[in-house]
Amino acid sequence: MSVDLAPSADEQLIEHAFTSFFAKEAPIELVRRSEPLGFDRELWSKLAAIDAQGLALPEHVGGSGATMGTLVVAIEALGRVLAPVPLIEHAVASRALDQPGRDLVDGTAIATIALRPAEADGRWRLVPAGAVADVVIGIDGDQLVAVRSAPPGRAPRNHASAPLADRSAREGERTVIGTAAGWSTAVSEWRLLTAAALVGVAARALELAVEYVTVRHQFGRPVGSFQAVQHGLADLPGLVDGARLLVRKAAWAAERSASGVEPVIDVDDNDVTDFPALARMAFVFAADVAAKVTDHSLHYHGGYGFAEEGTIQLFYRRARGWPLVLGDPSTECLDLADTLFGAPAVTGRRSEKRG
Amino acid sequence: MDFSLGPEVEEYRRDIRRIIAETVTPAERHRQHSTGSFVCAPLYRALAERGYIERAVPGIGKGDPIELWVLFNEMEKAAAPSDALSVLIIVAGIINRVGTSAQRERILPSLLAGESLACLGYSEPGCGSDLAAVSTRARRDGAEWVINGAKMWTTMAHIADWVLLLTRTDPTVSKHKGLTMFVLPMDTPGISISPVPTMANERTNATFYDDVRVGDDCLLGGENRGWDVLTVGLSFERGVVGDSNAGVSLLRHFRGWAEQTGRITDPLVREKMARTAIDNEVAKLLTQRSAWIAASGDLPGVEGSMTKLFATAAYQKAVRWFQEITGPEGLLQFDEPGAAAGGWIEYEGRHSPGCTIRGGTTEINRTNVGQRHLGLPRAT
Repeated sequence: MSVDLAPSADEQLIEHAFTSFFAKEAPIELVRRSEPLGFDRELWSKLAAIDAQGLALPEHVGGSGATMGTLVVAIEALGRVLAPVPLIEHAVASRALDQPGRDLVDGTAIATIALRPAEADGRWRLVPAGAVADVVIGIDGDQLVAVRSAPPGRAPRNHASAPLADRSAREGERTVIGTAAGWSTAVSEWRLLTAAALVGVAARALELAVEYVTVRHQFGRPVGSFQAVQHGLADLPGLVDGARLLVRKAAWAAERSASGVEPVIDVDDNDVTDFPALARMAFVFAADVAAKVTDHSLHYHGGYGFAEEGTIQLFYRRARGWPLVLGDPSTECLDLADTLFGAPAVTGRRSEKRG
Repeated sequence: MDFSLGPEVEEYRRDIRRIIAETVTPAERHRQHSTGSFVCAPLYRALAERGYIERAVPGIGKGDPIELWVLFNEMEKAAAPSDALSVLIIVAGIINRVGTSAQRERILPSLLAGESLACLGYSEPGCGSDLAAVSTRARRDGAEWVINGAKMWTTMAHIADWVLLLTRTDPTVSKHKGLTMFVLPMDTPGISISPVPTMANERTNATFYDDVRVGDDCLLGGENRGWDVLTVGLSFERGVVGDSNAGVSLLRHFRGWAEQTGRITDPLVREKMARTAIDNEVAKLLTQRSAWIAASGDLPGVEGSMTKLFATAAYQKAVRWFQEITGPEGLLQFDEPGAAAGGWIEYEGRHSPGCTIRGGTTEINRTNVGQRHLGLPRAT
C-alpha cells in the first residue's frame, strides 16, 4: 500500500454514470429555466430513479453504502453542469440521521441542513435548499434537531439563484436527534461536498473559456493564440487540479477515520490527515479557485461573458453563491487555524465557533 | 485512491529525516550562507553511505519517483541544500543512460559516493529560456575538440569536479540539431570561473572556456545529439525535484516568531497562517501527483509546470505577507539581534524571487500549460 492516485473501480463507474446522466438530463437550458428558484423537481425525480439520493447512505437503511470518495466524484459531476438539485444538502442531512425515513432514502422527500444555529426567534436564516426541503436538520440552542414541515416553495432572489429560505426550528414535526457536538461532522461533510461541486464548476468554466478563445477571432487570429490570453489562463488548470486533489484527499481521510486510523495534524511537517481540517482546507481552496477561474473565464468571453444570455455568468454567480451561504471564508480560515495551530491563548475578536 | 506512503516508503522517509537532522547542523547552515556554497557534504556522504544516492538515480538504483519526491520534499521542508544533489542525481542518470562504459567507470563511483559534485553548463549570457540557441562552440581538431565560449549561472562550478557542457558543433543545421553535450573535468586547462553573487547569499558563476581541448572521451551521447541528452536529463527531474514546497519551512519559521512574540493570537496573522498551510498542502499534493505519474511510467511534463506555477506563486505571496507582518524586525538579517525568526523572514524575502526564474521561468511554464495542456493555438 503506497501512493495511488488512480480512481477506484467504483469511483470510475460512478463518474461515468453521473457524468452521462447529467450531460443528458441537465443541459444548460434547464439550469436557466429553473431560475430564479434553482430547483427542478423533474431532475430530482430522475435522480431518484438512479438511486442517487441514497448513494452514500448505509445499506441497512436501504442506501447503496458508497464511500465518501465515491460521493465526491458524483458531486463534482453535478457541479460541472450546475445541476439545480440539492443533492449535497440532502446527502449530508440524511447521513446525519440514524434512521433516515424511507422517503429520504428514495428521494420522495428532500432533507437539508441549516448551516447556522437558529436565532432567538427560533428561525434558521437562509437555509440552503430551505425553499424546497421537507426536513431540516440544525442547531436550536444546545440541541441538534430535525424538523419536518412544509417548504415555502419560493426563495428570495439571490446571487446564485439558489433555493434558500428561512425555516422554523420549532414549528412542525420536531425530533431531537443529538447534541450540538454531533453536528460538526455533518457540516464538515457539507464543506467537502460543496468543495467537490465547486471543482466541477471551475473545471467546466475553464473548458468554456478555452472553447471560446479558440473559436473567437480578432485581428485575424484566434484570441487564444495571443500570449496575454494564454498566460492568463495557464495558471488555472493547476488550481483546479490542486482543488480536486485536496477534495479527494479529504474524502480519503474521512474513510480512513471511519475505519479507525488515528489522524495526524503536523503543520511543521506539512502532514495533515485529519478529516475536518482537510474538509475546511478543501472548502476554502475550492471556493477561491472557483471564484478565480469563473472570473477569468468570464473576462475572456469579452462582452458576451457579461451578457445574460451567456453561459459563463451562470457559473460565475454560483461559484460565489454556493460557498458563501456558510459565511465569510476568513472565518473558516480562523477556525482552521485553531485546529492546525491550537486555539489562541487570548481570544481576540473571535466570535463563537461553528461546527 | 491512497494518499499514504505505505510502510516501506514511510520508513525511508524517517531515515532521510534522521540523516538531515544529524548533518544539516546550524554550523553547516552558517557556513553555507557565509560562503555562498549551498552544498552539504556531510549530508550527501551520509545519504551515500546508506546507499540512498545510488538508489535514487534512475537506471542505476531503484529510481523510484515516489522516493525521489520524498527525498527532495524532506530536504526542502528542512531548508537543506538540495540543488547540488539534484544536479548530481540527474548527471549520474544521464551518464548512466547515454555515456560510454569508460565514462561510467570514471565518473559514477565518486558521484554516487557523494564525494564529487557536478554542475550544468547550459545557460549562457545570451540564452537562458531558449537553450537551443547556445553559441559556445566546439570544433573538431584532429582527434580533439576545441571549445570556446561563455556559460552563465553555472552554480557550484567553483566546487564541482565535472561539468555537463552544452555546445554548438554544427551551426549550419537547425538550432536543435547542431548541439553536442560534453562531460569534462572542471580542472581542464582553459576553464576559468568568475563568481556571480546573488541577493540570496548563494553564489553562482560565470564560466569561460578558452581553447579548452578535450578528446572524444568527453563526448556524451554522440556528436550533434546534445538536445536528446538534455531531454533525458529533464525526464529525470520527474517534476518533483525542487522549488515546490518552500512554504513549509517559511511557515514553520514564521510560526516560531508569532508564538515568541505573542502575535499568534492576532486573527489577521492566524488567517494568513491558515491560508499558507492550505497552499502548502496543495503544493504537496500537486508534487505528489507528478511523482505518482512518473511512478506509473509516464512523464509529468505539464503537471510539473502546473506544480511549479502554483507553488512558487503561493510561496512568494506568503513571503510578502509574513515579511509585512514581522515589520522592522523582519528586515533584520541572520545573526542580528532581534531579527524575526533569527533572520529567516528577511532571507526568504531575498530567496523567493529566484524561484519563478530558475528551473524554467513562469512564462515558459505558462506557455507549456497553455499549449500542451489546454491546447491553445500557437501564434502564427
